[in-house]
Amino acid sequence: MSPTLAIALTASFTAVSCALLGTFLVLRKMTMVGDAISHAVLPGIAVAYWLSQSRASLWMFLGAAAVGVFATVVIEVLRKKLKVQSDASIGMTFTTLFALGVILITFWSDSVDLDQQCVLYGEIAYVPFNTWSTGALNMGPIALWSSGLLLIAVLLYIFIGYKGLKMSSFNEDYAAVLGIGVVAWNLSLMAMVSLATVVSFESVGAILVVALLVVPAATAYLMVDKLSHLLIGAGIIALLASIGGYGCSRLLDTSIAGTITTLLGVQFLIVLAYHQLIQKQQQHAVA
Amino acid sequence: MEKSIEVHNLTVSYHSKPVLWDVDFELPKGKIIGVVGPNGSGKTTMLKTVMGLMKPDSGYTEIYGQPLDKVRERVSYVPQRESVDWDFPADVMDVVLMGRYRKNNLFKRITKEDRRIATEALEKVNLLEFADRQISQLSGGQQQRVFIARSLAQQADIYLMDEPFVGVDAATEDAILKLLRDMKNEGKTVVIVHHDLQTANEYFDWIVLLNTRLVAAGPKEEVFTKELLQEAYGGRLTVLSKLGDLISDTEFPLREPDFKEDQPKG
Repeated sequence: MSPTLAIALTASFTAVSCALLGTFLVLRKMTMVGDAISHAVLPGIAVAYWLSQSRASLWMFLGAAAVGVFATVVIEVLRKKLKVQSDASIGMTFTTLFALGVILITFWSDSVDLDQQCVLYGEIAYVPFNTWSTGALNMGPIALWSSGLLLIAVLLYIFIGYKGLKMSSFNEDYAAVLGIGVVAWNLSLMAMVSLATVVSFESVGAILVVALLVVPAATAYLMVDKLSHLLIGAGIIALLASIGGYGCSRLLDTSIAGTITTLLGVQFLIVLAYHQLIQKQQQHAVA
Repeated sequence: MEKSIEVHNLTVSYHSKPVLWDVDFELPKGKIIGVVGPNGSGKTTMLKTVMGLMKPDSGYTEIYGQPLDKVRERVSYVPQRESVDWDFPADVMDVVLMGRYRKNNLFKRITKEDRRIATEALEKVNLLEFADRQISQLSGGQQQRVFIARSLAQQADIYLMDEPFVGVDAATEDAILKLLRDMKNEGKTVVIVHHDLQTANEYFDWIVLLNTRLVAAGPKEEVFTKELLQEAYGGRLTVLSKLGDLISDTEFPLREPDFKEDQPKG
């Protein structure tokens, strides 16, 4: 497989996965929790990495997902039980966990081949070189496999949990009254977000993954008014940005992740401007 | 008396301040029951506790003599309209269909039967023609009716509604009222949290008068007496709380910049 294709596919798989999960974060007004999780998983990654001595291992994914869920629970406990202000509880939890992760990484820097640069910004350009093989057969880049599996997992999760996610996002109290476990839905969504974050951090980094979670959904939200369309729209926007961003970065010789994110922002601005224009016209029509 | 809801020695607090204090009453079946009291008297808290959304500090509630978990299917809840974001990407039918969601069909597809029941519910609230309308484009009264339709789609026996008459126009109010009476005639029990004393006497058969403590509960003739109302609202408090209602009812921006021209001059 050509390196170009491997990078483009990895970027697309990650971007679409994040955009789909991010749609529910935006609808639940929980994008900052997504931001928090994307940082809080760092200690999980560091520990799992140190234990297993390999990137992209199953342990790393599980470890990070566990820490992500842990962070969600801590945020909820601080907020609901201890009555800490909502944004303060998010701010405290993820910075502490993230800092802990940074310490762990520097502490184990001799034995762990994982640097802060990679975690924060990702380096998708190296994706094609990090391959795995079974026996003599070269299976191709690890990140391509992990992001592909992630996308399948996300699609399955949303397809199976569509009604539960929809209901608990729209009206949590009502869902609870019907006996639908809203806590379980919240935690499972956060576990998926954690998983997506870990898989993505190698390619786009912990910081830019937030953009992938939030911007495609926010952009699509301006254009459509049905949940299924919102999911499809966010997916398409993420796909366009990742393919287009990769293309642009090759032309301009810039950071791939940076260009993808910038393109997401540009897409949002264009849609926003169009949206405003339409609204203005409608107001004029009424007047 | 056949009992629908029982509340026994219920104490609930919020931020360690009691909102309900040792409240104890039983409600009959097949009546329209109003839960009435001044602002902050614990009406919504009472409803949420019965629905299992808030945990009591002491006491318990039962429905048909059983804990909520055993009879969930038979109880339906209409939350306050303001409690959700109406910009959520859904149309009217989507929301009403949520009344058909159950723990045991959550992972299954929506059936034809579900759609038929939801359509019927929409018909009852006169919103069938709006089935495909985006929910953010509805008026307050229409949104309230969507919530009631969703609750009807649940096909329950007891309906608990939190302030269904707030922010709805007179026509909707009449329509809801007619619907409630139809439901009563079918033997359903409807419990309504209501803050307007003026209309309470006219709407309800039974009244629960709350002010953190239970003031009275019974047929409206017995409860709607000057003494009991004064006990619930307090002599001078009546004036004050009415003033508060008056301000919240009338205080909305009359002069938006866009409409300046339309306003009469002077």
